Amino acid sequence: MSVSVENLSVAYRSRRGDVTAVDSVSFALADGEIMGLAGESGSGKSTLGNSLIYLDQRMRQTGGKVTLDGRELPVSDGRAMRPLRMTAVSLVPQYAMSALTPTRKIGRLVTDLLKSHGIRDRDEVLAEMSRRIALIGLKEDVLGKYSFELSGGMRQRVTILLSTLLNPSLLIADEITSALDVSTQRAVGEMLLEFRDRKFVKSVIAITHDLSVLAQVADSITVMYAGRLAEKASTDTIVNEPLHPYTQALIASFPEVGVRHDQTTLTGIPGRPPSLADPPAGCRFRDRCPFAFAKCTQTPPFEEIRPGHHVACWKATKEEQAR
Amino acid sequence: MSTLKVDEVSKLYRSASRNGGLTPALRKVSFELSQGEVISLIGESGSGKTTIGKLILRLVEPASGSVTFDGKDIAGYSQRGLREYYRQVQGVFQDPFSSYNPIYRADRVYELIREVYYKGVSDKDWNEKIEAALDAVSLNPGDVLGKYPHQLSGGQQQRLLIARALLLDVKVLVADEIISMLDASTRVDVLNLLVKLKRQGLAILFITHDLSLGNYVSDRTIILRHGAIVEMGSTEKVFGNPRHDYTRMLLSAVPELHKKWRHTPLGPAAVAGTGSAVIVDTAENGPDRSAVSDLAQASMAEEADHARHVVKRDLRTVFGGRRPVGSASSALAVALEPPALTEFEPGHLVAQPE
Repeated sequence: MSVSVENLSVAYRSRRGDVTAVDSVSFALADGEIMGLAGESGSGKSTLGNSLIYLDQRMRQTGGKVTLDGRELPVSDGRAMRPLRMTAVSLVPQYAMSALTPTRKIGRLVTDLLKSHGIRDRDEVLAEMSRRIALIGLKEDVLGKYSFELSGGMRQRVTILLSTLLNPSLLIADEITSALDVSTQRAVGEMLLEFRDRKFVKSVIAITHDLSVLAQVADSITVMYAGRLAEKASTDTIVNEPLHPYTQALIASFPEVGVRHDQTTLTGIPGRPPSLADPPAGCRFRDRCPFAFAKCTQTPPFEEIRPGHHVACWKATKEEQAR
Repeated sequence: MSTLKVDEVSKLYRSASRNGGLTPALRKVSFELSQGEVISLIGESGSGKTTIGKLILRLVEPASGSVTFDGKDIAGYSQRGLREYYRQVQGVFQDPFSSYNPIYRADRVYELIREVYYKGVSDKDWNEKIEAALDAVSLNPGDVLGKYPHQLSGGQQQRLLIARALLLDVKVLVADEIISMLDASTRVDVLNLLVKLKRQGLAILFITHDLSLGNYVSDRTIILRHGAIVEMGSTEKVFGNPRHDYTRMLLSAVPELHKKWRHTPLGPAAVAGTGSAVIVDTAENGPDRSAVSDLAQASMAEEADHARHVVKRDLRTVFGGRRPVGSASSALAVALEPPALTEFEPGHLVAQPE
């Protein structure tokens, strides 16, 4: 296990008290695993990703523990995290398109990165960087360019390149394909696979709302709903045999190429996720769930019902499955 | 029966980055949109798809060509004519959050319509009209009226804007990427709404970069690249039997749930270890080109090629700096000439490779 997260809770401070955006979340990543993290906006997926590397002033860790490669990660201590960022855990932020400073050339961003981490052997890292630039099909001259001189796809690739330059163990990739055209999406997705296979990064958490991209790149998919984990399983299982009603509804509402309105009418999920300021007791999907019954007023455990398949639903517990 | 006709429309943009050179955004695009029809206009960024929407809504003027609605050129409309035109042709755009003024309640967009188009209507009739429009987009008036934009979800905001268009006698709706900011669970609802409105006779130009969404709703599909049509025809034919290499490339890149991209298996890893960069000799173990799939390479080549293409078509280059070379109008004509379309089968047009 390269990463293990136990009962992590993260809250945002607000005038009306704390809003728990991530509520007792536990999961683990194997070496070399790309875990997809899917969910609607406001489900807490980005908060979860950000909390593993960066707590901003508004975020507070209210419980839990994160272990990376056998050592506890001091996620609630910004100062202790500083040397670990980019080297142990790294982030490709959402809106990576605008994450590059417009007033600095790309090469300058690289030297900044090396300087701030006190890297002695700059020449070696820079030589490695050149090799990676060629690997992903960019030209060496990107280093002499400003970010606005690059196309969206090139910018996204440069951002991933910078985030992974110091070979972090865990990479958090937040919505790295969402603003891109399909062909560039594919190039970036394959770049992520390539970097994992070449062990530039050990494991990846890929956060996106787009399940179809995860179906391409992820080994496992974790579905989040209203701050809690709903289901985690291998990509195949999630796509073909999801057990949580929310996952099932998400998969069913996905328009595949070839599906047309006059043959198949897809349906969305009625209703909205509950407000996290005052979440309802019990299962949070209850109000939108077609299968809800009396027991759903109690919180279902996030339980491993088959090896590697975790679900938080009373309809999917071991006893229910055995019936 | 009202028809919107886009006839050999070209558009040039002056680009700020290359010293005011001109970039062709559209090259003689022609198509017709009739009542009860959904056309999806599919293209990647920079293909000119949004420009077509803007031309139809007369937010920009074409360099050449015309847009006609019911046989009348929309360029000729003055204020009053334009107001009547907007009564029938409306647009909804990508980002619902920026379509509202956050200081006002969301339903102010309806009040603005009332001020211009329904001055004499009584409150009672007006409320009935709003309720009918909200009903058509499956919104409950109590849930949305009187709320501020931040209190509404993206899907609700987007549906409120569609309802706004329905308050008028809308015949044509330009829907520019209206789905892309929405969550997966509400996307389909908006798509189904478009299908329902189409069945009631609305003509919809569905502009998107997402092929699967386009495929789901549309009767006809237009694939746009570098400002020109590369393939056009009924959606079944374009998706089922794509003839142009570009269309095929796009289709092969669409991420699907049940089919994986073919990711080329890899050679031995050139670099190993974590924590610090481990360097392997460059000379023999140079980057393994074959490791990144052909398609990814193709997309990168495409990006570079596109940049060169635009520069080549940059009229300043055509004119040779500041000196006019030959006749300016003939140079313009060359730069704006789209690849010729040939009819592969009835109603299925395919462009020559460029």
